[in-house]
Amino acid sequence: MSEFTTWDIVRNLLLAARWTILLSIVSFIGGGLVGAALLFARIGKRRLGQIFVKTYVELFQGTPLLMQLFLAFFGLGLFGIDVPAWLAAGLALILWSAAFLTEIWRGCVEAIARGQWEASSSLGMGYIQQMRHVILPQALRIAVPPTVGFSVQVVKGTALTSIIGFVELSKAGTVVTNATFEPFKVYGLVALIYFCLCWPLSKSSQILERKLNVAHRNH
Amino acid sequence: MNYAFDFGWLLDYWPVLVKGIAVTLELTLVGGVLGVSLGVACAWARALGPGWLRPVVAAYVELIRNTPFLIQLFFIFFGLPALGVRMGELEAANLAMVINLGAYGCEIVRAGIQATPKGQFEAGASLGMSRIQTFWYVVLIPALQRIWPALSSQIVIVMLGSAAVSQIAAEDLTFAANFIQSRTFRAFETYFVATLIYLALAIALRQGLRGLGWTLFPKRTAR
Repeated sequence: MSEFTTWDIVRNLLLAARWTILLSIVSFIGGGLVGAALLFARIGKRRLGQIFVKTYVELFQGTPLLMQLFLAFFGLGLFGIDVPAWLAAGLALILWSAAFLTEIWRGCVEAIARGQWEASSSLGMGYIQQMRHVILPQALRIAVPPTVGFSVQVVKGTALTSIIGFVELSKAGTVVTNATFEPFKVYGLVALIYFCLCWPLSKSSQILERKLNVAHRNH
Repeated sequence: MNYAFDFGWLLDYWPVLVKGIAVTLELTLVGGVLGVSLGVACAWARALGPGWLRPVVAAYVELIRNTPFLIQLFFIFFGLPALGVRMGELEAANLAMVINLGAYGCEIVRAGIQATPKGQFEAGASLGMSRIQTFWYVVLIPALQRIWPALSSQIVIVMLGSAAVSQIAAEDLTFAANFIQSRTFRAFETYFVATLIYLALAIALRQGLRGLGWTLFPKRTAR
């Protein structure tokens, strides 16, 4: 039997952390794109689109991410596709992130005062012009801090993909524990690596909130 | 797609599901009550507690909020026995949920406390209230009333997150679903039904917490 040094453990965990990072980036960007599409349906004028997005958000925010991962994993299998864990993990995390991001961004768009819509339409602007020149530039400014904050949830969410067999940081932690029998050290290190990934994001979200909120600070 | 859906197993396995639901609800109840209490205590410590306690609580909050619940759970259940702290899977699950909700609750309650104007502390003192009385009646209760919606969503999030405790073999709803699918090989149907149950639980919990908010904090007329 070979001995494991602390460095062996750390190196293996760090190698696996690359997959955590990759999956987080893919889920966040994919979720952002789907979320943006949903956002336009949600704040658009069509009733059907609004109801669809409302239901979508309710379903994804009202059920555990773990169940969504299971359903993606076993659901895709029903179509006769041999589903690799990364595909199910990516798909579920993208759809899950989209639900949260669309809800965050809706809040930001609705925070823009009604008068701005009325003023811009009285200037003869169409819907797209209003969005492009008046609403979105302001909404984006408010949206940055909570969006960065949500990226922390995405990184933490990827931990659950270990359960459907995607080998990332958490799964590597379990594998290394089974080899070394040092759960205290290994899970401590896993937690530390997650912390190093998430904390800068949390902190920058707070800093951005302070910076971008200058105009509204002295109410 | 030529797959025949079959929900027939529901007839045989519903007691397993019911037991799983009971465990999930119990975990949520204990985690919710103790977690919110811990959150309030931590918020007090950060806002008004002794100087040495503040950085300790801040570190706890940051540590919990920036690591996944699953890893917290594994650390408590698999890691702590190395220090001689042994516990069953339900205790570990409960502890992890309390610690997790405590950290989020702390930040939420603190936001409510910070929204209290400074003059209210002074007003409380000038009415002859003690520091504790001022904190309880003037600061905490209105703060809780203000942040109750945010706290409620966090409790729902913790309930949904509790699906992960199946990984340390705590026999919650997800554990029940895993058990059923390993017996019936009807994975999709099983998880579909479990997901619907979670959705129903989440909606019921949200409504219940809203009702609880109305009873705990009857609307005050003047602010």
